[in-house]
Amino acid sequence: MNDNPTSENQRGLIARFLKDTEIDTRLLGMIGALALIWTGFHFYGVIFNNFGAFLTPRNLWNLSVQTSSIGIMATGMVLVIVTRNIDLSVGSMIGVIAMAMGLLQVEILPQFVGIGHWSIWIMAVVVGLIFGTLIGALHGWLIAYRGIPAFIVTLGGLMVWRGMAFLSAGGRTISPVDGVFALLGGGPYGAIGAMGSWAVGVAACLGVAYTIYAGRKARIKHNFYLRPMWAEALLAIVGWLTIIGAVLLVNSYPWPKGIVRQYGTRIGQDLEGTFISHGFAIPVLILVAVGILMTILVTRTRFGRYVFAIGGNPEAAALAGINTKWVTMKVFALMGMLTAVAAVIASARLNSATNALGTLDELYVIAAAVIGGTSLAGGVGKIYGAILGALVMQSLQSGMVLIGFDSAIQRIVVGVVLVLAVYLDILYNKRVK
Amino acid sequence: MTEPGTPLVNLKNISISFGGIKAVDDVSVDLYPGEVVGLLGHNGAGKSTLIKCLSGAYKADSGEIFINGDKVIINNPRDARDQNIETIYQTLALADNLDAASNLFLGRELISPSGFLDESRMEAETRKIMARLNPNFQKFNEPVSALSGGQRQSVAIARAVYFDAKILIMDEPTAALGPQESEMVSELIKQLKKQGLGIFLIEHDIHNVMKLCDRASVMKNGLLVGTELIGDVTEDDILSMIILGKNPKAKI
Ligand SMILES: Nc1ncnc2c1ncn2[C@@H]1O[C@H](COP(=O)(O)OP(=O)(O)O)[C@@H](O)[C@H]1O
Ligand SMILES: [Mg+2]
Repeated sequence: MNDNPTSENQRGLIARFLKDTEIDTRLLGMIGALALIWTGFHFYGVIFNNFGAFLTPRNLWNLSVQTSSIGIMATGMVLVIVTRNIDLSVGSMIGVIAMAMGLLQVEILPQFVGIGHWSIWIMAVVVGLIFGTLIGALHGWLIAYRGIPAFIVTLGGLMVWRGMAFLSAGGRTISPVDGVFALLGGGPYGAIGAMGSWAVGVAACLGVAYTIYAGRKARIKHNFYLRPMWAEALLAIVGWLTIIGAVLLVNSYPWPKGIVRQYGTRIGQDLEGTFISHGFAIPVLILVAVGILMTILVTRTRFGRYVFAIGGNPEAAALAGINTKWVTMKVFALMGMLTAVAAVIASARLNSATNALGTLDELYVIAAAVIGGTSLAGGVGKIYGAILGALVMQSLQSGMVLIGFDSAIQRIVVGVVLVLAVYLDILYNKRVK
Repeated sequence: MTEPGTPLVNLKNISISFGGIKAVDDVSVDLYPGEVVGLLGHNGAGKSTLIKCLSGAYKADSGEIFINGDKVIINNPRDARDQNIETIYQTLALADNLDAASNLFLGRELISPSGFLDESRMEAETRKIMARLNPNFQKFNEPVSALSGGQRQSVAIARAVYFDAKILIMDEPTAALGPQESEMVSELIKQLKKQGLGIFLIEHDIHNVMKLCDRASVMKNGLLVGTELIGDVTEDDILSMIILGKNPKAKI
């Protein structure tokens, strides 16, 4: 390893860098795309509106909250698409699950435990999660055990659950939701503040260090190829800087004056002019937790392995003794549960449940998964890719809102970007082969 | 070397049809420990279908399966594995998007004490067995779709050999291999035979059949033409059984 770097050409250097650090080129591509979108919108604002509104703590914080519910569902959609299926019903499921939770906490539970009881939000969330899981399991059963194509089952679901959402309260909007429940949607109170964010940041930094350390130890134990020390250090430092940067960012977005005053009155202090940080929003923390759990599920458990085996070759999976139907049903049940988590966040953020909640979400969720590298041919997909994909979609969306594109143009752009992203991916895969 | 005594495997009067076509029609074959039985016949004769009834991929419409003299019911691949039956399918049955270790342990993953997949141990075990079967194999961290035909074949063979099978089914194991790799498979078969495994070998190369098998069962159009001791017949006898569908030794 003592060749002279200057004697290598540029491409050889980059290739070696990627090999040594084992960084996925797709990850780099998505980060590059994000950087392009973010700076593009920002400087568009600087040039045409005399104000760059995109790269501000306020906008990026809101972006993180807006990404949560699509991002959470996208992690489930990865598994659905990896098994060569599709779920068109998630948007409608959001509607019906949110209505169920809304009715429960606003109209039903208060009759039994009293208005404002501490247990209301817990019961609502638990029932919502169970409801979502059952809907998903029903879809999965029809698909796996009754042989109806996923496209049809979930297209039916798209209509049925939206209809149910309307019928459940005769089209009424249910609000306001329980106070604690509302925190799950973000907002100034639904964020963990400066100290909490530093605590999360430190824990995350330790997590990064441990992951790298444990990985290296396992490789040493089995005498596998080791990343060079500089690559391990670089990965750790990049990870830490990203985490610290995120903490600094969310902590530099202060509560609005009105909220500070309101909070001051509530705790009986004069806080006029105090800088109170938002910190990480709770829905973002939920997204991160879901992302980590789903990554572990996919890469470290039998279930995840089987999901990918089924996607790669269903026949081979069955011949290896895998119960492919049961795995498929579980994938849809999981999709339903994650949709319920997204429904909690979406209705909490809106502070109400409406029967139209989640409309068109299925398209954004599928687009996020696909942009994130999930192959519709099955067998290929990454959880972090889907979350980044959701961030790309949401960045486009909110960037266009910021610079004042109307919704017709937004849809055109998002549609074009989706097709383009998949096309680039196809070109890239051809070149790799 | 058909020994008297209980056969390791006895497939009795197996029949299975697909949409009216009798793919296997009342076929009986058996297999003793330490024996290699060749299954021969043209494409479409029903060889793969027959062994899939033993490997659990298909369920026979009728017929019985005995292992060591005991009647067993094989409803799925798991049941077959529980009987120590391992299969190398003609199609290899690999998940192309997964790496060699994931394929080798598919359905039987090693789990670490913490309850998660023990990736590094699976890779280490895969390296060990591949070093034995195909020392040139290096692509441990790539999906098997990136491997050559021969390399894929060796992954499929490794999977069958790793789990201490007593009964091995090999459906055209050398189809994708060059002469040198084929020779390695032949050596492996001899070695496994010595260890007392019973092997069903589906093989088109008549020289290999004469060299490796103790007996040969010939099929045509789903029917069993006959089973002969290799020592008692010539290549031409076998070929005429395959082509004409008649047993030359059978009295007319
Ligand atoms: N799953 C199936 N569905 C329909 N027909 C089948 C199936 N499997 C095998 N067959 C038919 O059974 C016959 C025997 O096929 P096979 O066992 O693959 O032959 P061989 O392995 O001897 O070449 C062929 O006519 C084939 O078309
Ligand atoms: Mg065949």
